[in-house]
Amino acid sequence: MNTNFDVIVIGGGVVGSAAARELSRYNLRVAVLEKELDVCNGVSGHNTGLLHSGILNEGNTLRMECCLEGNAEFDQVARELDVPFKRCGKLIVGFGEEERARLETLYQRGIESGIPGLQMIDAARVQELEPNAHADFALYVPSAGILDPFLYTIALAENAVMNGARYYFNQEVTGIERADGLYRITTVHGVFTARWVVNCAGLYAFRIAEMLGFPGYQPKRVKGQYAILDKKTGKYLGMPLYPAPNEYGACDVHVTPTVDGNVLVGPTIEQIGDGIDYSVTQDMLQVLVRQGGKMFDYAKRDYYIRNYAGVFPTILDPRTGKDLDYTIETKPEAPNAVNTVGLNSPGLTCALPIARRIVKKIQETEPLIPKETFRPTRKGIVRFAEQTKETQDALIRSNPDYGEIFCRCECVTRAEIKEAVHNILGVETVSGIKYRTRATMGRCQGGYCETRITAAIQEELGRKKEEVLLNQIGAYMFTGDVK
Amino acid sequence: MENRDVVIIGGGPAGLAAALELKKGGIDDILIIEREKQLGGILRQCIHDGFGLTRFGQTLSGPEYAQRFIDEVLAMGIEAMTNATVIDLSGDKVVTAATPKGLIQVQAKAVILTMGCRERTRGALAIPGTRPSGIYNAGVAQSYMNLFNTMVGREVIIMGSGDIGLIMARRMTLEGAHVKAVFEVLPYPSGLPRNIEQCLHDYGIPLYLSHSVCEIMGDKRITGVKVVEVDSAMRPIPGTEKVFSCDTLILSVGLIPENELSLAAGVELDWRTKGAVVDENLQTNVPGIFAAGNVLHVHDLVDFVSLEAEALAKGAAAYLKEGPLEKCAIEVGMDAGIGHIIPHRVSGTKDFQISLRVRKPVGKCTIMVKQGETVIASLSLPKAIPAEMIQFPVKAEKILTGERIEVSVHVK
Repeated sequence: MNTNFDVIVIGGGVVGSAAARELSRYNLRVAVLEKELDVCNGVSGHNTGLLHSGILNEGNTLRMECCLEGNAEFDQVARELDVPFKRCGKLIVGFGEEERARLETLYQRGIESGIPGLQMIDAARVQELEPNAHADFALYVPSAGILDPFLYTIALAENAVMNGARYYFNQEVTGIERADGLYRITTVHGVFTARWVVNCAGLYAFRIAEMLGFPGYQPKRVKGQYAILDKKTGKYLGMPLYPAPNEYGACDVHVTPTVDGNVLVGPTIEQIGDGIDYSVTQDMLQVLVRQGGKMFDYAKRDYYIRNYAGVFPTILDPRTGKDLDYTIETKPEAPNAVNTVGLNSPGLTCALPIARRIVKKIQETEPLIPKETFRPTRKGIVRFAEQTKETQDALIRSNPDYGEIFCRCECVTRAEIKEAVHNILGVETVSGIKYRTRATMGRCQGGYCETRITAAIQEELGRKKEEVLLNQIGAYMFTGDVK
Repeated sequence: MENRDVVIIGGGPAGLAAALELKKGGIDDILIIEREKQLGGILRQCIHDGFGLTRFGQTLSGPEYAQRFIDEVLAMGIEAMTNATVIDLSGDKVVTAATPKGLIQVQAKAVILTMGCRERTRGALAIPGTRPSGIYNAGVAQSYMNLFNTMVGREVIIMGSGDIGLIMARRMTLEGAHVKAVFEVLPYPSGLPRNIEQCLHDYGIPLYLSHSVCEIMGDKRITGVKVVEVDSAMRPIPGTEKVFSCDTLILSVGLIPENELSLAAGVELDWRTKGAVVDENLQTNVPGIFAAGNVLHVHDLVDFVSLEAEALAKGAAAYLKEGPLEKCAIEVGMDAGIGHIIPHRVSGTKDFQISLRVRKPVGKCTIMVKQGETVIASLSLPKAIPAEMIQFPVKAEKILTGERIEVSVHVK
């Protein structure tokens, strides 16, 4: 295995994958080291799936600059990378004079920051836009959208690989040394060398920063819990609904449709200790039921199909006591290292703008030569469920595997599962198949298809029962054969 | 587009029984569409015995029970298409199915819904905690073990005392797993008494009533569950939390009729059963669409599924031969002692069968069927439990008015 690269990106989340994809535009040998077994197992896979407008961010920050840039270009990005995306807009709803004043403040700040199309609208217009919203008035943000966070991250990573980048999974970085103008990166399973290192380690970026010589970043662990509602509720919600900011300026639990027709309720917000903890708790579930129900009549437990939690990669700014702004930095004491920290929400929206700024940092030191063979486009797995009956029939006639429904709830076929099992990144977990196809994401939560998926992993890849993993090393599915 | 007299969606016990009875009733143009590669439905994975006592007077395994129907279906030349999944059903009874040969569309005169049910999941219950591997619905674990020869774990906790969970407690014990305990949130078991006896007591597996799993632990594979005792209102009792280590959690917490296709066709559902609202012919609100078996309401015994599907065939055959069935305008209601009831509407001119479950266990009781103050049928029982379905006939001759029928439980 050749482990010598021009640039090594540490972390294969949405930012690391965007960086790899943007770097793959140039004549560089690029590798991504990811500690998990897939690209969206951290922050990139535990979020709300929003294309943010920037309305909730303060102006004059790098975060706002990246958000506006990322928001504006996303129609094109979604087309290029075949990412499910809908620019549906969003509503921040309010009642009473106090909330009206807070929304007016947001509106003014948004106008000053250059967020396009903002409107304060009355109850009648709210009803027109979103018949199931409850509001006296609202701030309408037409530039907001929803996207599939898993498929976006996967698309960036796949496009990077198509253009020559290499992904190494299960490679948690344990040490970084610099000698003879090269970085020597030790992981739990190997040693890699590179001329450049880019830190895109998300929740663990502070740790990699320290290894690279950017010490002193303090993470602040903020967790958000969510409920996912049955697709039966999707037709009642066309765009995200947020409550007006509370007295601390934060929005409580909101409801967000997904591109696939589910509805997300959340996140709750709580500060947690140092460890990363994706558990869902009884008290926060009650908050979701209570606050979600206020926003949306269908946010009821009857429609719950799953819960999850995410942790924001927030860094505390010791000078201000506030959250640190996006930080993309180099310094002479750490040559050929690009450090990023504080890449908090909206990371999905900002990933490509951040990636371009990372490339620019490298270009400040050395010229990069564009690669003539670079192709910016990538095609995802064709979704049988979303085709017309004529196309479905044609697909089956071209490949009988399309005629076998593996996942009943989401109508995913054997052909799609097989394509996912043989994905270009080499991911072979059950959750990897799920993110790529939606199989197991429906209301039966894999009751029908999971046996088929695990069988496909065994058959297609020649794996033993004990080798089939849910999502990570140690998360084994089976103990072996029945006697 | 192909035309058929009857399309039966689902080749499990209900679909097979309906097909046979229709054929015997003189309906020849029948197509069964089954998504699995073999007929038999969920019975294929139910390798334990206890099936057929009511229907055949002997105890059979699930596959044996199913095979009796499959053999007869084949012998009678009824067409059954396997490995074909119905993906759409329209209100005007066009059935669309995906098959490896292409998408097929069939215009049916009558459609029989026999899709069965699915299991309630951890997500629907919103059990707090982490999301490790090793959490299986009982039916999924049963499928892995009995159809895929795959062992899902070694140190097992079972949440919920539904019948499949009890069956799996025994099955996993027989395969060398250590089933530590079964926890049931209700103060009484959800499963049948015979399964409590034969699957738990015979193997010394403890059943904790009024206990709930309140947290799942472990980051990779599940490492344990936190369990809490609950009071009569099912509220956790603080200070009673206990941790049980395990590598597997089996959930047996209820079944939900699988009615997504029914909804697509505009079939009205009952929020209690999660199945269709039906009349005495087991016809839904969409004329010519009938439902029977677990897709209509979850049964305790497969024998009753078969019998219900057979009963359906008479009405469906009449619909095909004579046109729209008599209007059923008399509503059937129930009191708070009853969990759900089938049918929801009757004509008053035909004998019919009532199927119901009581809401909670009661001792000596009488189930009364009344119109106003007139008792038109009743059934006295030494006891009644929610786990057991109660069925009894009502004679048309007793129904003298068009007044609403009320069913109630009277405890002695």
